[in-house]
Amino acid sequence: MQGDAPVVIPGVDGSNLVPSVVALDPVPAGGGRPTVTVGNSARRALIETPERVIYSVKRLMGRGLSEVQQELKLFPFRLADDVEAGEVPRIQLGELRFTPPEISAYILRQLKRNAERFFNEPVTQAVITVPAYFNDAQRQATKDAGRMAGLEVLRLVNEPTAAALAYGLDRAKEGTIAVYDLGGGTFDISILKLRDGIFEVQSTNGDTHLGGDDIDNLLLTIALDEIYAEHGVDLRTHPSAVQAVRKAAIEAKIQLSTEQSAQFDIELPNGDRYQREIPREVLEQLIEPVLKRTSGPCKQALTDAGVTPEQIDEVVLVGGSTRIPAVRQLVDNLFHLSARGKRPHIELNPDEVVALGAAVQADILAGASKTTEELLLLDVTPLSLGIEALGGVVAKIIQRNSTIPASATEHFTTGVDGQTNVAIHVVQGERELAADCRSLARFDLKGIPPMTAGLPRIEVKFLIDADGILQVAAREQRSGKAAQIEVKPTYGLTDEQVETMILDSFDHAEEDFAKRLLIEARNEAESILAKVEQARMSAAWGQLTGEEVAAIDGARDRLSAVKLGEDLNAIREATLALDRATQRLAELMMDAAVSTAIRGKTMGDADVELGEGPTAPHPMAPAEFK
Amino acid sequence: MLKVLDSAVPVACWACSVAHNESTLFCPSCSKIQPPPGGNYFSVFGLVPRLNLDLGMLEHEFHKLSRKLHPDRFARAEENEKEWSLKDTALLNDAYRTLKDPIHRTEYLLKLNGAEIGEEHAGKGRIDPSRVPADLLEEVFDLNMQLEEMREARETGAKDAELEKSLQAAKKKFDGLMDEVDQELRAQWTAWDDGDEAARSAAQKTMVSLLDRRKYLNNLVRDVTETLGA
Repeated sequence: MQGDAPVVIPGVDGSNLVPSVVALDPVPAGGGRPTVTVGNSARRALIETPERVIYSVKRLMGRGLSEVQQELKLFPFRLADDVEAGEVPRIQLGELRFTPPEISAYILRQLKRNAERFFNEPVTQAVITVPAYFNDAQRQATKDAGRMAGLEVLRLVNEPTAAALAYGLDRAKEGTIAVYDLGGGTFDISILKLRDGIFEVQSTNGDTHLGGDDIDNLLLTIALDEIYAEHGVDLRTHPSAVQAVRKAAIEAKIQLSTEQSAQFDIELPNGDRYQREIPREVLEQLIEPVLKRTSGPCKQALTDAGVTPEQIDEVVLVGGSTRIPAVRQLVDNLFHLSARGKRPHIELNPDEVVALGAAVQADILAGASKTTEELLLLDVTPLSLGIEALGGVVAKIIQRNSTIPASATEHFTTGVDGQTNVAIHVVQGERELAADCRSLARFDLKGIPPMTAGLPRIEVKFLIDADGILQVAAREQRSGKAAQIEVKPTYGLTDEQVETMILDSFDHAEEDFAKRLLIEARNEAESILAKVEQARMSAAWGQLTGEEVAAIDGARDRLSAVKLGEDLNAIREATLALDRATQRLAELMMDAAVSTAIRGKTMGDADVELGEGPTAPHPMAPAEFK
Repeated sequence: MLKVLDSAVPVACWACSVAHNESTLFCPSCSKIQPPPGGNYFSVFGLVPRLNLDLGMLEHEFHKLSRKLHPDRFARAEENEKEWSLKDTALLNDAYRTLKDPIHRTEYLLKLNGAEIGEEHAGKGRIDPSRVPADLLEEVFDLNMQLEEMREARETGAKDAELEKSLQAAKKKFDGLMDEVDQELRAQWTAWDDGDEAARSAAQKTMVSLLDRRKYLNNLVRDVTETLGA
């Protein structure tokens, strides 16, 4: 927060967005564990070394093996080959294997470092946003990731609610708000009532398998099919070529939000060119089925909130995919906006608005500011909580859209004389059969005093906390004994597992902090200097003007002069200056890398070598991954 | 501060040791948050159990208490206060959710007074012939036949406009009957709220059977809606 307003902290590269791309660098020459690169610089590796990169990991969080297998049909990553059913799936990245929370942790650690760099002090606590429709396991996985990144997660906030907070801050209004959030991988709709500074969520709905990725994949599939049909080249067997086409597809999609048509122009390995014009109407036809899938959840959310579209006073658009005109048209129709002379709110950057709202929530939790003193968020649980009853049917104990924290108390007994254990299967979802719902956990109530069947009375208290995560406590009432509960989460890591996955625990040590910042800044400096030297040999260098070369050399000399000094800010400023001076160079090299990848060459054959440090600069094409 | 209501068990405040009534959320003496109190959903709002409630007041009170109790306000508090804030807020939310809904409120109050009301838990609650209210027996029989026909027609992909129309009409009729039940219930609220012991007990009996009838109608409407919408 700066004064009354939240602001986004930029990364080393000056960009406000850290795309959720994580790349494993090559194994260092002397052996040892390879480092991990995150964000814009990792995106380049998508084309160079696609087998060492993962993106959109959010879609894999808190999911079981079969679900991950389903998701991976759409993505180029592979499961580790030794994954067993019942454990958290791990993704193969080069020679290493990571669980989705670990990959998320790398992204969170990067954000933590960006913040530390900005504040010049350690950052140890965080508010993290999640899709409102995330279930218990997905939320728990997100919290685990925070812990692995060395962050105490003060609160998980639902993304649409956070967006409403960001918008609500400067308008002390009353009314009913709908937040339509279509991001890269997930869709959420939330209906909120705003009154006296209280943001009370009435209902939420969504789809955690729906977003911009699906649109990219549609375009990608068409391009790959056409390339095969017209040129007889099956690019699907070349992962880097697929990623290059994918990049072109994303660019075309983005372009079609403002232009009436976009071009595919891709050079194929056999020297042919795949050229195709995509008019906006074609894209709109293509994505209609995807967009339509957001209508059902919207209607359900309205019904659950007990309001008609006309009663919605404001609509807020969140997520990069809401830049698509067809999405805006759909929202307009759903909520009868233009018919009522209204327009959706798009004033805040749809990629940043959620982060801004999270900052507001953090300020509320800190209780430190007059601005947020009167604000309070009352959120709901998106899915009903139930227990499996006789015959596999679900007995709902907490209904969806209940304000959280929420609780329910149930009583259980034994069926056999002397029975000392009772098993409870907890599920989440709206279907009638437990098998059709999402299994959360199996609780084994142990240590029940042996009694005649039906005599013990075990009281089990289920509580969904403010993060939307379930807590359970049990007590045998006749003996007054607290029953032991053994929880077997259906999907998820145990506490011990999380403990072993915590990234560099020295992050906490405050005395090391200043030293670490200096070391990191020097590493950044070294990394960019090395890259500039490498780039001198590239074809791209030859395309620079004399002025550009002189600017790069000047910036390089300044950085070389200060890099070993103790002045952190001087190193950072000189690094940033060199980064700016090499921006066009980076773009030229990127273009070269794309066409190289398309031609199916390996980077070893290519004339550029693009090794990157973990926080290396160089912004690239506009970010769209979220 | 919350009024002292149904419980007379004095409890010492964990923070200042001054004894207070068990059903209070905050210590009247030092204002510190207390562990989840005994009492019922009404006492959470400082109310005596009654059925006619001012929902605007209830919401206002809910917001007021939320501001004081919510875990957001205890993010930097000690572990025990954090824990109580979580549990107290869960209680507040459970109470508000139950009391703001007229049917849930009625069921809750009647249960508080020892009435037995069939738990509606899992399962479709397919129409149970033994529970059919006598005056509806014939209609329900016809309706069941039609529903069965409709499901069969759906399976074979046939469309029977006549049948659909008749089911729509049935739905409308049962919706109307439900509205009647709701009106009768409301009439009983006042009888219960303002009546003496005997009047209350009579009203309670009437409401229990009205709720039964309502649940039954509700299941019928749901079955028809599902079959039509399938």
